[in-house]
Amino acid sequence: MATEAQAISGDWGGGTLPYRVGHRKLGMWLFIMSDSLTFSALLIAYAYARASNVWPTPFKFYPSIVFSSIMTLVLLSSSLTMVMAVSASARAQKSRARKWILATALLGVTFIVLHMIEWRHLISEGLTPFKLPAEWAEKWPGATPLFGATFFGITGMHMFHVATGCIYLLIVSGRVNKLKHEDVEISGLYWHFVDLVWMFVFPMIYLLSIDMTK
Amino acid sequence: MTGHAETEVHFAGSNKLFISVWVWLLLLTGFEVFLGYIQLPVTYMLVILMGASIIKAALIVAYFMHLRFERLNLVLTIVPALVICICLMLLVFFPDSFRSRNLRSPAPVTAPAEKH
Repeated sequence: MATEAQAISGDWGGGTLPYRVGHRKLGMWLFIMSDSLTFSALLIAYAYARASNVWPTPFKFYPSIVFSSIMTLVLLSSSLTMVMAVSASARAQKSRARKWILATALLGVTFIVLHMIEWRHLISEGLTPFKLPAEWAEKWPGATPLFGATFFGITGMHMFHVATGCIYLLIVSGRVNKLKHEDVEISGLYWHFVDLVWMFVFPMIYLLSIDMTK
Repeated sequence: MTGHAETEVHFAGSNKLFISVWVWLLLLTGFEVFLGYIQLPVTYMLVILMGASIIKAALIVAYFMHLRFERLNLVLTIVPALVICICLMLLVFFPDSFRSRNLRSPAPVTAPAEKH
């Protein structure tokens, strides 16, 4: 029968994993927590600025909302390919896992390209972080130029995460044979988090800014 | 050591399950876009869209990020802390945004023609 001292050293003497995850995976979860708070703060600040000012609602259903919906579809699909990569890695099918990871990175790059096209379109209309296009200022008198700052700030921050994720995934796909399954899973956690953030950015930035005027 | 045994691959969930989660996410996104298309009042839009987004986030975290299959320890470490922190931010956001909304100066109207 184990003594009390043995029982305590068994539980607290190291060598056990209370969360049943490795330290790197736990580290990624903690990073995701902190990054969630960063995005929460950005989105709440955006909502605050929006509630306190005359806010332009410039996105036409077609093409803007249709275009951003396609971007959402691409990002959601990239989450599916990533989960397939993790599933293949769990079954030790490294080659298949690599293909799924590369497919995920490709969808990530597609998302960035689509986003850049949209940015370019808005910039060509005259939107900058500090200024609204003249046409918008006329259509929504007294509208705040904060629209540009929040739009480029939040979508830019998200795009930076997508770009970082693509680089991360390319590195993981290149080293997948040497890496453990948990390392692939960790890269998946990051990627799904990027997808999760978009699930809030898309409705708050785009769907709530649809141009109601005919 | 039990710890090493426990780090061995444990992966729950089938590809069929993940595809069905993906389909649900697409359906919820389609529903959100449909709401934009029919142009509901912005307050209704905000409430429904945030509700749908929270459901989508929960699906992603639970199934794609595998949290549903992790130990309860990990779930209780991550989720409540995050929810409380975000609620604390909202605690400041709601009253003050309503206050500043009421203080907001009305949009300037076109100046009337001068009388001679």
